Amino acid sequence: MSADQTLAFETNCHIFSGCGFPAPGLHSFKFEPLFTVGGFEFNKTMLLALLGTGIVIWFFWAAFGRAKVVPGKLQMVGEAGYDFVRRGLVYEALGKKEGEKYVPFMVSLFFFVWIMNLWSIIPVAQFPVTSIIAYPAGLALIVYIMWMYLTFKNHGFVGGWKNITGYDKELGGILPLIVVIEFFSNVIIRPFTHAVRLFANMFAGHLLLLMFTIGTWYLLNGIGIAYAGASFVMTILLTAFELFIQAVQAYVFVLLACNYVQGALAKGH
Amino acid sequence: MNALVQVAAEEENPLIPPIPELVIGLIAFAIVFVFLAKKLLPNINRVLEERRAAIEGGMEKAEATQAEAQQVLEDYRAQLADARHEAARLRQEAQEQGAALIAEMRAEGQRQREEIIAAGHAQIEADRKQAAQALRQDVGKLATDLAGKIVGESVEDVARQSRTIDRFLDDLEAKAADGSKAEAGR
Repeated sequence: MSADQTLAFETNCHIFSGCGFPAPGLHSFKFEPLFTVGGFEFNKTMLLALLGTGIVIWFFWAAFGRAKVVPGKLQMVGEAGYDFVRRGLVYEALGKKEGEKYVPFMVSLFFFVWIMNLWSIIPVAQFPVTSIIAYPAGLALIVYIMWMYLTFKNHGFVGGWKNITGYDKELGGILPLIVVIEFFSNVIIRPFTHAVRLFANMFAGHLLLLMFTIGTWYLLNGIGIAYAGASFVMTILLTAFELFIQAVQAYVFVLLACNYVQGALAKGH
Repeated sequence: MNALVQVAAEEENPLIPPIPELVIGLIAFAIVFVFLAKKLLPNINRVLEERRAAIEGGMEKAEATQAEAQQVLEDYRAQLADARHEAARLRQEAQEQGAALIAEMRAEGQRQREEIIAAGHAQIEADRKQAAQALRQDVGKLATDLAGKIVGESVEDVARQSRTIDRFLDDLEAKAADGSKAEAGR
């Protein structure tokens, strides 16, 4: 086992003992495969992703599997979550009539992203799956493809490009400039920012938590104990803060997806 | 420290998505989406629809009941108004009947009074006639008695045979009647 896989707590590395601070870094987001099947390396993030999938399905199965007109407690919670995404996000952006079709996708997206974020502070797991770019990138890709498909389906080939590039004759001289900027912004940068926004938030959040957690352990020696206390308090505060950020980021991810779909469905640009 | 540097060198750009994770992520999301979109969300939508229908049904029922109550109230009011009207009509009728009855009875009383008066008059007339008759007989008898005393013999039979007294008295009466007639005629 190499040094980067060793949790800070497993070493006896403290300040004033001639041991350098084991700073978290990119290596904190790398995991040795748990097992390997024919060259396919199954690691912790994959396990968490699949477990998260199971949890989302289990929850909604328990809540809605035998849904009743007079709801039980779990169904009531499920309905609240479902209604939050449906009314608060989809209907807000797309309207009730247009939006109905996209409700299942957006609900799935929200709860999937949320549980992947939540892993960050769930004991033992303590790793946000979405801090691996592959997971947000995959989801952003689906939204991107959906957006492209809807744009060209609704506006035709030429109309679709006009919609994407914000083509408007009234702009006159600056029209080429606008078209180029809009093209880059919408076609190339948008899916990237969509994925990275989520990834970077979770990545940074995890780094912060690691920083203070490792710091608390590392400072636990001599006068450092006082600083370790402060660091520990920060760990608790940041964990609470992360809980908030995780929900916000899931919300933002789905909100943006809704806005993209709305842009594709909109008549003019 | 050495190991750390070595690991850092090995690390890739964290913005390049590793393919296996990408695939797993997409599969995981697909599973969630299929379960929710195909089974669980239609499930809850159906139930929400049922609930909405139940609530609306309850409201419709309440509205129907209220409408019925309103109808009953209106019927009752209409009946009450009818009854009041009927009562007023009956009272009016009774008053009219009473008035008619009183008028009738008054007329009857009048008639009876007049009858009684007429009967009284007839009785008086009859009594007067009887008295006059008796008087005439008595006057005749007195006259003949007196005349008999003066003449010295009874003129009774003669007088009775000749009816002189009667004739005299009749003349007297006729004269009196003529006088009163003339008086009335004037």
